[in-house]
Amino acid sequence: MSKATLAEQTLLLDHGSGGQASNRLIGSLFFKYFDNPILNAMNDAARLEIVGPLSMSTDSYTVDPIFFPGGDIGTLAVHGTVNDVAMMGARPKYLSCGFILEEGLPMETLERIVASMANAANEAGVTIVTGDTKVVPRGAVDKVFINTTGIGEIFASPAPTGSSAQPGDAVLVSGTMGDHGLTVLSGREGLNFATDIKSDSAPLNHMVEALISQIGDIHVLRDPTRGGLATTLNEIAGQSGVCINLREGDVPVRESVRNGCSFLGLDPLYLANEGKLICILPQEKAQAALELMRSMPYGADAAQVGTVRNGDDGPGKAGQVVLETPLGGHRLLAMLEGEQLPRIC
Amino acid sequence: MNVAESFRDPALCKGLLERLHSELDQPLRFMEVCGTHTVAIFQSGLRPLLPEGITHLSGPGCPVCVTHESEVAAFLDLAGRDDVILATFGDLMRVPGPKGRNLKLAKAEGARIEIVYSPIDALQLAIKNPGDTVVFLGVGFETTAPTIAGTVLMAKQQGLNNFKVLSFHKLVPPALKVLLDDPECAIDSFLLPGHVSTILGLEPYQFVAQNYKTPGVITGFDPVDILESLLIMVEQRKKEDYSIVNQYKRAVSDSGNARAREVMFSVFETADALWRGVGCIPESGLVFRDEFSNFDALKALDITVTEAPPTPGCKCGEVLKGKMQPGDCPLFGKGCTPAKPVGPCMVSTEGSCAAYYKYSV
Ligand code: SF4
Repeated sequence: MSKATLAEQTLLLDHGSGGQASNRLIGSLFFKYFDNPILNAMNDAARLEIVGPLSMSTDSYTVDPIFFPGGDIGTLAVHGTVNDVAMMGARPKYLSCGFILEEGLPMETLERIVASMANAANEAGVTIVTGDTKVVPRGAVDKVFINTTGIGEIFASPAPTGSSAQPGDAVLVSGTMGDHGLTVLSGREGLNFATDIKSDSAPLNHMVEALISQIGDIHVLRDPTRGGLATTLNEIAGQSGVCINLREGDVPVRESVRNGCSFLGLDPLYLANEGKLICILPQEKAQAALELMRSMPYGADAAQVGTVRNGDDGPGKAGQVVLETPLGGHRLLAMLEGEQLPRIC
Repeated sequence: MNVAESFRDPALCKGLLERLHSELDQPLRFMEVCGTHTVAIFQSGLRPLLPEGITHLSGPGCPVCVTHESEVAAFLDLAGRDDVILATFGDLMRVPGPKGRNLKLAKAEGARIEIVYSPIDALQLAIKNPGDTVVFLGVGFETTAPTIAGTVLMAKQQGLNNFKVLSFHKLVPPALKVLLDDPECAIDSFLLPGHVSTILGLEPYQFVAQNYKTPGVITGFDPVDILESLLIMVEQRKKEDYSIVNQYKRAVSDSGNARAREVMFSVFETADALWRGVGCIPESGLVFRDEFSNFDALKALDITVTEAPPTPGCKCGEVLKGKMQPGDCPLFGKGCTPAKPVGPCMVSTEGSCAAYYKYSV
């Protein structure tokens, strides 16, 4: 950050006071990067042009470390909310963002984050229309927390929901599993065993739009973030009252992620993803959907990983996810209990 | 196909499974000693594919599972001290101690607990926090003990006075002896732990075959490893010719790792130890040698391990000894689930009760 644009190099409590220092911060940082007519109007609230039905989602981001290979807390805060809004079969349009910042944070760090948020919003085609900044005493938060709320227009009819999976449907994923989770974990602990892994943090709204408009009849769209593929599929199986059969050998996982996981005793199926989606649709449309995803920037490794079954035919009950191993054996793929913790030996 | 994949090759496994089905001519109760094997057998989906005559038992080889209630009480005691930072591997966080308390809860209540990935990280923590005492929770078997001993040697070299280890290490071979001496256990053969054996080699297991006429196969964690080992057991029992076989030659040398053993025994010596669910096993633990008492958290911080009563209703001991399958414990899946574990077998990701609960369709 150049001294000409901002005299202060360190964030002080003053910057959250609502007075002069706040104004300088907002003017020289947020307005500079998020620049758009709605924000620039500087009213108490944003005036939006939007028609219903609407999809709305909010999430708070507290990732540690705040910078990691493939992204940072800012890109996550945009991608995470954009993707959640999109999974309802919606076009995300507007975002709000609230910052809770720790006193003493280098201004440069904040600027990097704001700049990547602006880029991420740009790529996703959403506008950051309102925001808030609070600065809290040192130690009250860990560097920076960001909340984003997104709103979008639902254009799919009927809109995909977690309760619409039907027996006979195909279960697709848009790419490799576990990249984000393992990146953040190894970043946090300074583990250098997996140098070539990076977060998959990415906006998926363009892919969602293409799937709905070009393929159609999409029953379920979900992004397997925290808890990973296993947990999200369990939620869908429960909501839809079906059994999901996941074929382990077909789930794409990068070799480096697999190795890192086996070293730490973690399971990639439970690791978070920030740029992947699960798409459940009739089997006869699966091939076309896969080809479409693979032709798009974030879908190169798209694959069919399983099928939806009735609870009564085959191993497993309604509400369960059954994993078919490469050996042809079956086991339950349960929801994660607590967080995954690395093991002793 | 690379080497690693070939040990998971479905076609190869299918062939081995067929051979196992045709060659099994008498029931076989096998126990895997190691928790990583338990999980490997479940995760690969192998369990339901094994011949009916094969009974699979999970043994006492998950370090978290065998950590005694009174040892957990000692962790919790330390976690309550102001000037102490506990450094631990992650999987100890959820182990219930007396009254169901655990380190996770202690951390939420303000105890300073850091999850580390190696004892070296704990040493770094001690260097960074000279005003505090960093206590590393030394739980585990022969696999982890040498690295921890090595870290103690480093701390000594650097003259670090604020680094301590609470050594509750356990040794695998003495536990096998307890199982073999107990007629109720009725174990026909052992799948011996791959990781532990990289240190031990074959020698410490020889008594299993020689004195107890029981086959033991050191094996890896892929389905091909496990199936090959089962075939070796079946064959040995047919011929009534018992030995310890190293199936896992790609990782384990027959003589183990002499240097690691040397380091381990330069810092520690054997002593009796408490095993959860089993009780006291002679010469099955590792305590600090006198020269290193400065690093011994027990002595330096004046901790007394008072024997806590076993958890009421929990059948972990029976499960660990192969006398009972997890599903037969009256609490299984009812009073005891991974969300609300009563015994350690349900806590650890490598515990047998947790594995049954999580993976059985
Ligand atoms: S089910 Fe629970 S109480 Fe029963 S043996 Fe297993 S861990 Fe112990």
